[in-house]
Amino acid sequence: MTTFTPAPGAASTRAMLARQTAMELRLLLRNGEQVGLTLVIPLLLEFFFNLPVLYSLDCSAGDCRRIDFVVPSILALAVMSAAFTGLAIGTGFERKYAVLKRLGATALPRSVLLLGKTCAVLLLQIVQAALICALGFLLGWQPRGDPLFAIVLIVLGTFTFGGLGLLLAGTVRAEITLAAANLIWLVLLFCGGIAVPLSKYPQGARDVLRYLPSAALSDGLHQVLQAGAGVPLRAWLVLLVWAAVALPAAARWFRWE
Amino acid sequence: MSAPAVEVRQLVKSYGSRRAVDEVSWSLAAGRLLALLGTNGAGKTTTIETCEGFRRPDAGSVRVLGLDPIADSRALRPRVGVMLQDGVGGYTAARAAELLELFAGYARHPLDARWLLERVGLAEVARTPVKRLSGGEQQRLSLALALVGRPELVFLDEPTTGMDPRARRTTWELIRQLRSDGVTVVLTTHYLDEAEELADDVIVMNAGRIVAQGSPSELTRGGTAEGRITFTAPPGLPLSDLVAALPGTARAQETAPGQYLITAPVTPDLLAAVTTWCARRNVLAEGLNVGRRSLEDVFLSLTSTTTDEVAADLETAPATSRRRAAR
Repeated sequence: MTTFTPAPGAASTRAMLARQTAMELRLLLRNGEQVGLTLVIPLLLEFFFNLPVLYSLDCSAGDCRRIDFVVPSILALAVMSAAFTGLAIGTGFERKYAVLKRLGATALPRSVLLLGKTCAVLLLQIVQAALICALGFLLGWQPRGDPLFAIVLIVLGTFTFGGLGLLLAGTVRAEITLAAANLIWLVLLFCGGIAVPLSKYPQGARDVLRYLPSAALSDGLHQVLQAGAGVPLRAWLVLLVWAAVALPAAARWFRWE
Repeated sequence: MSAPAVEVRQLVKSYGSRRAVDEVSWSLAAGRLLALLGTNGAGKTTTIETCEGFRRPDAGSVRVLGLDPIADSRALRPRVGVMLQDGVGGYTAARAAELLELFAGYARHPLDARWLLERVGLAEVARTPVKRLSGGEQQRLSLALALVGRPELVFLDEPTTGMDPRARRTTWELIRQLRSDGVTVVLTTHYLDEAEELADDVIVMNAGRIVAQGSPSELTRGGTAEGRITFTAPPGLPLSDLVAALPGTARAQETAPGQYLITAPVTPDLLAAVTTWCARRNVLAEGLNVGRRSLEDVFLSLTSTTTDEVAADLETAPATSRRRAAR
């Protein structure tokens, strides 16, 4: 017969991370309508941004196809939506309803909880990117560059935006997280180089805006996939710095309740 | 002498201007079971949540297994099991078994989740989402979550609230097994029978302070009424004659017409004397009840009176429990 004789101890960090990621992913997927929205909205945007009614691109170079601009933008937008806005709002309300308080009384370290959540979003992101690319191909997308460089950008972007989203969710009230996560998303969409190319901004503004994580992600993806550039070193570095600040900050200041 | 498993020293915690916990001190040796007893708002949950590291003391200190619950939380949390008040917590969209297995995954040597689910009587609802479990089922899952990592110390905040009587009995059995397997247990309750049944040590809290402390038998011994015999008989029995026939210093009252109460140290002799006296008068004593002072009597006298009266009552409490309270 089994007994309750004490044998305390925490599992290894790697084992906890694997468990946590699997659980978070399962819960994400179980929330059917949410997954649907997360996956479908970028596809709708991809379709509509590709119609030449919303805004014009300067294609003075001649070698400029609308869909080749749209797909990298949508990839960046999808990362930002899921990893930042989606994760922040979901986690904010989990905190509000004391879901996380209970986890705070287990051996699970905060950093592993936050990493698990981010990794779950990353896995969802793979599905999402595949769908966006598939629709892109249907609309005539012709990517250039090394897809591996783009994948690294997406991974870095997910960790950056995940860290920022969790930092927000873990430090302010859920209602404020809800409002702020949407507002910041909108601001970054238009001022952060995703919906509107930074080249449309004056030089001075551009020099500042390009260091936003959204701009680095979007710019890097355009360089690689649209222009066929080599290693997007600056974009990687900018995202790496953001991630290296955001994730530890989230782990440091995240409050369970 | 090993260090105490839990040591609370001069703990103060306020919410706004209200002192939820007001200079409370106690300690608990490893392997023992402490019940924090009190009405709602007595400060039990605040005390226990400070021990769990959820609240920071305004003044005073708390050491759990020799560690600081907040500063050393990373080292402490794997060793401590926690059952929160108000439902399970954790992912309520997850199924019961899923959540228990997740928590098992946090531990190096967890209990078998399936066995534990069976043990708390939830095998049949293993695949039910946590939020669809009944209140009592959620409580039992919550208990299982506290135990799955094989902790050496558990904090159980109102473990049987919302349970039906049968589930309560099973839970008591389980808590007794915890103790006999060497787990140190701190539980809060407002059920007196729960404290009386399970605890080695009882602390009665009222309005943020400790008003009594000791083992259940220490608390029920002494005081104003050591024991009582009640019975129903025709009204108007000659009470002074009855008292004269009883050994020791007994008091007899007719609390309502035909309702008799004898207050005295209850001994077999006393009971025999009462029934003999009745037999001689051809009086049938119906509903004869013999009881020691229950924890309920102690509790009501401690928590329903004003502070002065409580202090007066404490004067009559046994010396051992007063010494503990002072420590």
